[in-house]
Amino acid sequence: MALISANHISKEYRVGEMAVQALSDVSFEIEPASFVSFVGPSGSGKTTLLNLIGCLDKPTKGALTVAKTDMASLDRKASAAFRGRTIGFIFQDFNLLPVLTVYENIEYPLLMVQKVSPGERQRRVTALLDAVGMADQRDKYPDQISGGQKQRVAIARALVTNPKLVLADEPTANLDHDTAYMVINLMKKMRNEFKTTFIFSTHDQKIVGEAETIFTLEDGKLSGAKSKGGNGNG
Amino acid sequence: MGNLFKIAIRNLLRYKRRTLLTASLITIGVVFVLAFVSISGSFKNMMIGQITDSMMGHLQVHRKGFVASIETLPLNLNLKGGAIGRLEKILNEQPEIEAYSPRVKFAGMFSNFTETSSIRLTAIYPEKEFKTVPLLPGRVTDGSKELKPGGILIPELLARGMKIKPGDAVVIVATNADGSVNGKQFTVTGVMESATGPGGRDGYIHMDDARELLRVDGQQVSEYAVRLKEFGNLAAFGEKLDGLLAKELNQQGKPIFELHTWEKLSPFFNIARMIDVMTFFIKLMLIAIVLISIMNVMIMAVYERIREIGTIAAIGTLPGKILSMFVIEGFCMGVGGALIGDIVGIAIVYILNLLKISYDFGQQKGIILQAGVYPSDILVISATVIIVSIIASLQPAFKASRMEPIQALRHV
Repeated sequence: MALISANHISKEYRVGEMAVQALSDVSFEIEPASFVSFVGPSGSGKTTLLNLIGCLDKPTKGALTVAKTDMASLDRKASAAFRGRTIGFIFQDFNLLPVLTVYENIEYPLLMVQKVSPGERQRRVTALLDAVGMADQRDKYPDQISGGQKQRVAIARALVTNPKLVLADEPTANLDHDTAYMVINLMKKMRNEFKTTFIFSTHDQKIVGEAETIFTLEDGKLSGAKSKGGNGNG
Repeated sequence: MGNLFKIAIRNLLRYKRRTLLTASLITIGVVFVLAFVSISGSFKNMMIGQITDSMMGHLQVHRKGFVASIETLPLNLNLKGGAIGRLEKILNEQPEIEAYSPRVKFAGMFSNFTETSSIRLTAIYPEKEFKTVPLLPGRVTDGSKELKPGGILIPELLARGMKIKPGDAVVIVATNADGSVNGKQFTVTGVMESATGPGGRDGYIHMDDARELLRVDGQQVSEYAVRLKEFGNLAAFGEKLDGLLAKELNQQGKPIFELHTWEKLSPFFNIARMIDVMTFFIKLMLIAIVLISIMNVMIMAVYERIREIGTIAAIGTLPGKILSMFVIEGFCMGVGGALIGDIVGIAIVYILNLLKISYDFGQQKGIILQAGVYPSDILVISATVIIVSIIASLQPAFKASRMEPIQALRHV
């Protein structure tokens, strides 16, 4: 069964008196453990779509199901709880908490979102620090590490709760080319290791090639789907 | 909860200068309030002590109707034989009472054989009176503090005006309850200052002399002054004693006695109340300082951390936890400010006491300021600051917790 099922979803924003159609009649399905990319130029609707999948926003029309849950049925508190349980986020600007160390940033969701025992927390955080190659930087604060290292920490933070799905909105936009490749490859490695579905958006054509399934968005519409491994079907 | 505190403290330390400024403002507020409460409290206690311990006692019991006519000091409203026995029995049974003193009050004419003036006299048993109002002997500025039959303690006003000194002979003329006028010669034992100021025409004689002067057979008492072991127990004990006295009825079935605490008998109670009102307004100012400074800081904190709020909300932090994070920040700032303020405030009060600052009150000259910081004051002031800090944080914290993650993440 598909992990994500979007059925004719649309999203309309109101900017003053004007209605802006960010997404229009988009349908697709994504299988578990996929490595998927949404590509398209700026303003094509990538971020809007990731926000809908990430339960940060609700579609104006259509039905969106993530991990067997109808996104429209969740209220504010239930949405937060669902995100904490099911989804990991990687942000373009890394969005690490500046007052927490690398270790504490990764530990944060286990501590503040899920109530995980101290022993289990330590086990999971240490394993992920090793997996993303940041074990030797564990006590540093975000302003003491590089952009690529920050994104590695963000990946570890997104995975620490064992989510079904990790969403990354332009995760390489603020990184140089080599670091961007390293981050994408790390995400792929994590997918292989943890069997977590990774969905990322990008407009960097060189990075896009690393995805196994590519959905192309143009002007809020899904204009194409290409699958290397057959996991996506649009 | 420990992690919420850790994050809150780190966030406060992140903006060290701002946190320091706000905490300093709270600290200064707490120091001023603590110092004011200590000094005004010390002045109030001294004033109440002077009034009750040198003149009035903590409470007084009279025959019903006496206080309403107190200006004329009516002898026909004195307590007599049976009523005195019943009252003393009740007073003797009360463990809260340290001492009581029966008094006869009356007005008379005072003469040094060349000049005559009016005087208000209180007849006492010195031993009982000095136990009930222990500062009374201290008011004697010239002559002996002992009062024996045949002696009189006269007010400074009359002594100065009529050029009388201890050892001089004077005559008191008074009208008794039947309307006949009687006179008796006294020797001035001592000259005493007024408890409340330069005025005052109150003198003291021995109870035996009053009985002779007023031609009284048996016992008569105008009032009983009562001193409690614990002054703080006054309101509760007053209520209790009032209840007991209310059961004592005369032949017409009406209450024999009336009870008044010092507060109802002395105009100085209003000054004590004014001090309380001033203290209240000073505390209000502290609340305003804390409220505005904490709210200002927390509004800034929320505004500056909108993206962080969006991040933690996006990764699933529940609104209640986000609210707690910011409330705890305000709480920590309040606790820090209150704690440092308490320490500095206590130190300042200690230094003030070391400096031995003196002031005058009424006829009392050179009273040394003895400011005291009571644990209850520290608790009330600290609790007020902390509660107000929490209240001030609530609005910004609520705003943070209600933020839509998607909008917060877009914030630049």
